[in-house]
Amino acid sequence: MEVILFAVFASIAVVSSVLVVTRRNPVIAALCLILNFGSLAGMYLLLSAQFIAVVQIIVYAGAIMVLFLFVLMLLRPDMERSFFRHDPLFKWAAIIVSVFTFLLLVYAIILTTFNAPILANHAKTIEIGTVEAIGKELFSNFLLPFEAIGFVLLSATVGAMLLSKKKLD
Amino acid sequence: MNDFLFYIIVALVKIVIIANMILITVSYLVYFERKISAWTQNRVGPNRVGYLGLLQPFADVLKLLLKEDIVPKVANKFIHSMAPFIALFVAFTTYAVIPFGPSITLWGKEIPLMMADVNIGILYVLALTSIGVYAITFAGWSSGSKYSLLGGIRSSAQMISYEISMGFSIAGVLIFSQSLRPMEIVIAQHGWMWNAVLQPVGFLTFVVAAFAETNRLPFDLPEAEPELVGGYHTEYSSMKFAAFFLAEYANMIIGSAMIVTLYLGGWQFPYVETFGFSPAVTIGLQVGAFFVKMGALLFFFIWVRWSIPRFRYDQLMNIGWKVMFPLSLLNLIWAAILAMIMK
Repeated sequence: MEVILFAVFASIAVVSSVLVVTRRNPVIAALCLILNFGSLAGMYLLLSAQFIAVVQIIVYAGAIMVLFLFVLMLLRPDMERSFFRHDPLFKWAAIIVSVFTFLLLVYAIILTTFNAPILANHAKTIEIGTVEAIGKELFSNFLLPFEAIGFVLLSATVGAMLLSKKKLD
Repeated sequence: MNDFLFYIIVALVKIVIIANMILITVSYLVYFERKISAWTQNRVGPNRVGYLGLLQPFADVLKLLLKEDIVPKVANKFIHSMAPFIALFVAFTTYAVIPFGPSITLWGKEIPLMMADVNIGILYVLALTSIGVYAITFAGWSSGSKYSLLGGIRSSAQMISYEISMGFSIAGVLIFSQSLRPMEIVIAQHGWMWNAVLQPVGFLTFVVAAFAETNRLPFDLPEAEPELVGGYHTEYSSMKFAAFFLAEYANMIIGSAMIVTLYLGGWQFPYVETFGFSPAVTIGLQVGAFFVKMGALLFFFIWVRWSIPRFRYDQLMNIGWKVMFPLSLLNLIWAAILAMIMK
């Protein structure tokens, strides 16, 4: 059962992420990205990380992609296309970055398959993924980093507001 | 019969019951909306099809089925036909985590009167509502019409703005329930300990946010007919239009069910245990209490629609960010203090 579900989610994820890159229409690409996020959330659920699965949907598919679409729909796709076509530097930078990311991922995968200890205690892995466990960890052991991230996000929000205000005045 | 098969059969029965319940409620909700609006405006309302017009919903569905399905030439065909089904999917799946009664015991096995008692229940609802934005946004974009696009963009801006105050109001509820399970949220509101009584401000912000999320008047700017023709569904006809229509009313049911679950004690019937009825009657009364509360809220939804005019766009944003957001934050602080005192 788990293997079948994993195969379904993984194949959706792979196909949709390929489509994100190949589609010319930015809105279709964004749709495929949402699909990709959804299938990733499904895989998190299979790993019994319920909280991360739901947050993946709320934050990435729900909030961030809506803002992306918001901007994309107001753009004119024909102008975008010419912008990318006339800049070969962009292409090379993208190729280099993706090759390095790929190598990094391959390295990480090889490292984990051979060296990671297999978790014998299955019940414990289920316990880690729940909201209660993550909440307890965040507000006890990781309180300082949690607050620091909150502060960084707040300053980013204030900064964005200041910048946009300057343009309007 | 082994356990696995038993639970699968129970789940299937629940799915059939809930899906049919939503469909029937939706069709009669449309009928009641027309009747109540007629009553508000001193008209008669539908009264031709069947006794008191009670067969009107079926006539409406038949009419919509027989209409021609028009897709604009410039539309993106795939997304254009997909959008209404996203709306329907979200409207129906959200109901999975709403408890409409306590657990019952059948053949020695405990069955909760809800689809799935998961420990991320409330987050699941939030996740699905955030997916629901796409139905409207894609419908607006794929139609290839300016009015639709403006409607779609308005709606995404509106939903993002009001999701924030919605989330903060829910956080106030979670302080009391100590759990994200809808069942436990309901159980925490025993007697008169309803969250609407404990945190009235949070109740207010949540109800307003629920109105905004369901795109009901006074927040129906995505389909403001004087400015945008029909908003995001301008270019939809036949069953695809009906799907949006169905989704709107199904969302209203979800909205009122969520308000009941989070703030009005869910299926709790205050002090029903002290009346001395048999367990079966008690459970029946509790399920009845849930539906009575939900019905009252649905009436409230319709009542508000025919009483209050639509907001202007700047008013909508001002209310969302400058009134509702601070109020929901204040409510969170109030809830935290109250929880400290009551401990």
